[in-house]
Amino acid sequence: MNELLRRILFLPPQASAASVGIDHLHFFVILTTILVSSVAGVVAVYFMARYRRRRRDQPTPHLEAPRWLEATFVIVPLSFFLLWFRIGFGQFVEMTSPPADAMDVYVTGKQWMWKFAYPDGPSGLEVLRVPEGRPVRLLLTSRDVIHGFFVPAFRLKQDALPGRYTQTWFVATKPGTYPVYCSQYCGTSHSRMRAAIEVMAAGDFDRWREEEKRGRALQRDTALGAADDQPRASDMVALGRRLAESEGCLKCHSVDGSPHIGPTWLDLYRRTTTLADGTTVLADEAYLTESMMDPRAKQVRGFPLTMPSYAGKLGAPETAALVEYIKSLRASVVPAPAGGPVYEQTGGP
Amino acid sequence: MSKPADLDREPARASYLTDGTTVRSWLDTRDHKRVGLMFLVAVLGALFLGGMFAMVLRLSLLTPEGSFVGPTAYNRLFTLHGIVMIFLFLVPAIPSAFGNFMVPLMIGARDVAFPRLNLLGLYLYLIGAVLVLGAMIEGGTDTGWTFYAPYSTSTPSAVVPVLLGIFVVGCSSIVSGINFIVTIHTMRAPGLTWMRLPLFVWSIYGASIIQVIATPVLGLTVLLVAVDHAFHVGLFDPAVGGDPLLMQHLFWFYSHPAVYITILPAMGVVSEVVSGLSRKNSFGYKPIVYSTLGIAFVGFFTWGHHLFVSGQSTFDAGFFGVASMLVGVFTAIKVFTWIGTMYRGAIAFTTPYAYVCGFIFFLVFGGMTGIALATVSLDAHWHDTYFIVAHFHFVMVGAALMAFLAALHYWFPKMFGRAYPEGWGLVSTVLIILGFNATFIPQFLLGNAGMPRRYYSYPAELQALNVASTAGATLLGIGFLIIFVYLVVSLRHGERVPQNPWESRGFEWYTASPPLKENFEHLPTFSHAPHDYQEGHPHGR
Repeated sequence: MNELLRRILFLPPQASAASVGIDHLHFFVILTTILVSSVAGVVAVYFMARYRRRRRDQPTPHLEAPRWLEATFVIVPLSFFLLWFRIGFGQFVEMTSPPADAMDVYVTGKQWMWKFAYPDGPSGLEVLRVPEGRPVRLLLTSRDVIHGFFVPAFRLKQDALPGRYTQTWFVATKPGTYPVYCSQYCGTSHSRMRAAIEVMAAGDFDRWREEEKRGRALQRDTALGAADDQPRASDMVALGRRLAESEGCLKCHSVDGSPHIGPTWLDLYRRTTTLADGTTVLADEAYLTESMMDPRAKQVRGFPLTMPSYAGKLGAPETAALVEYIKSLRASVVPAPAGGPVYEQTGGP
Repeated sequence: MSKPADLDREPARASYLTDGTTVRSWLDTRDHKRVGLMFLVAVLGALFLGGMFAMVLRLSLLTPEGSFVGPTAYNRLFTLHGIVMIFLFLVPAIPSAFGNFMVPLMIGARDVAFPRLNLLGLYLYLIGAVLVLGAMIEGGTDTGWTFYAPYSTSTPSAVVPVLLGIFVVGCSSIVSGINFIVTIHTMRAPGLTWMRLPLFVWSIYGASIIQVIATPVLGLTVLLVAVDHAFHVGLFDPAVGGDPLLMQHLFWFYSHPAVYITILPAMGVVSEVVSGLSRKNSFGYKPIVYSTLGIAFVGFFTWGHHLFVSGQSTFDAGFFGVASMLVGVFTAIKVFTWIGTMYRGAIAFTTPYAYVCGFIFFLVFGGMTGIALATVSLDAHWHDTYFIVAHFHFVMVGAALMAFLAALHYWFPKMFGRAYPEGWGLVSTVLIILGFNATFIPQFLLGNAGMPRRYYSYPAELQALNVASTAGATLLGIGFLIIFVYLVVSLRHGERVPQNPWESRGFEWYTASPPLKENFEHLPTFSHAPHDYQEGHPHGR
């Protein structure tokens, strides 16, 4: 019965401990709604046929509802409503009261991606791994505007607000991968702000986390050994590429010349760009940096003004790395003209 | 010569339509009927625009990755669709068009209390509409009609002119609310006691109270958002010390009661149409009156049910959840009373009546899904999904629009003295009710499946339901097109009707159709309530 109704109503799988009870209440409420509204509609249509007018000035009896009938139509609906509320609010109190032994995960929303971090590392982007059968508490915040963390398979939703933390929790009950959506409208790519929750068997999860920790330690050791090296350009490019992914730049800017929400980064460096007000500007390092910090200052013609400012969100090294990454994106990589022969394209279409 | 011939030559008293035919006589009128009629044209224009925006949205949603428009245009279109439909159509539609026209007729007055203020209301509405729509030239805005901060305070789109437009339309709403309250208090004809008032007048009275109390809060809120956007003073933007939840509380303090500004007059129309067309007194006059006032009052304590998952406290969620249930009980009394009024009536099977049947189904289904949403735990899944979208379209479009169309057909002969074609009327009613269900029932299921609202692109497995919804919207559009054509044709070529073609004993029918410029030859007095259809009972008053 549960499975049949779930499918008829297009509900996602019930993958958390809370979802089964919520669905049962859902079935109770919705079936009553369908029944009552159909009966009301059918009775109205039936009366229309049964008591149709036979004479233009046909008289009718003067009827008024007796007190007891009025009372019935107040008390019966109210009892149903309060019963539903009693069950639903009980479930809600439980949904908003995480147990003391829950595992914490920090969730950060930003335009337009989700970041997940465990207090003792590791952190990840767009995939949240959680163990099956253990309570997980999510501490949510946002770096820019309000986002909504929505896991349909868990029947779970909580807004993430900038400047404060909200919390929610769940116990995943079925291993598998479930979609996460942003439910609070947050700008141009709101509908692309998706992530996934991967529910792992408890043992697998522990092993994965151990490996992640060891991997991080290894990274840290290597980094210490190479600390005195100056960053080479290619390192900055690699860092820039990682930042472009993690900061969400690539949600709007393509790196292969294909059209997207923002101007493509391919061959952007030193391109003469026409601005919205008709003037032109040379896309040099200064312009690229300014556009990250104050996108409204020099808006490129033909593109919507939707880019958020990164002032205060990117430090100087990160900004430099992004600029280096943009500089590295050339349609044909030309070797630096170090006095050698000038590269000329020959043949080809 | 002979006396009858003299009488023949004597020109009939001019109806409000023919008394003065210059453009100026309309634009500078003080006549509540002309103001109401111009409001009707204006809100129909808004309905058309909002409907066109909706059609583009539905067409774009035919494919999972969007088509016809890009994500930026899509976001601006759904924002405009919401703003135009709520502020320019649903809120003013029934009170400003039909309320303006009918209330003075129903209470036996020659006009509203402040005729010039009434005209000012129309111009404020038009100025606001020009500001809102004019912002499209600057590219429009992309915040959604809810303007949640800090997105609304940081978006680079043209949010300030839109907010100012809403502010001005809000002023129009306040002005017309004050006008109705004063008119109903002071201008009732002798003998028309409060408990003899037509139920439509009661519903306008209830809605006006909400308009006067809640709209200033909306005006304040949109101004503050505009100030925060323009000067970054940090009222709502946490980056400069503001509180984004405060904005949501302020916004819904108006915007939830706004639902009742829309639905109370709609319920009033249904009370009139049910009684008038089934020739029955209301099955419960006082229950309808008290539930109207009850909804107007309780409506102010339910706004927090929009914030269950926003970070509001659990205690608040409980309070607002219970309060919301009370609105459901008041609505249940009304539905029970309408169906009871039909019982043993003499029902004229006509277009307005068919819309009432649709109204009852949409109101009960839409209202009970509202109760479902107020059942706090269920809201966690449904909040901000297509389930919400379908729910409020059932109530605000399904119910309110059905009532608007019922009013348009029921009062068409009153306003223009001509009949509309009944056959075409019923055809379009069936198309609209079917199309409406086909549009929004798939959206309930999309919400169950987890599709959030305001999504330009969506997971591919949800395409079938989206296509079904778009097909339904197309049917709905065809229904509206038919209505538009036959009503425009009927304006000129419709059969002329007698004063009271429905044989209704609602008070508005006891004057000529179309009414005289000054409404009555002699001001009436009243001896009993409207809609008494017993044998031998004296007519009306």
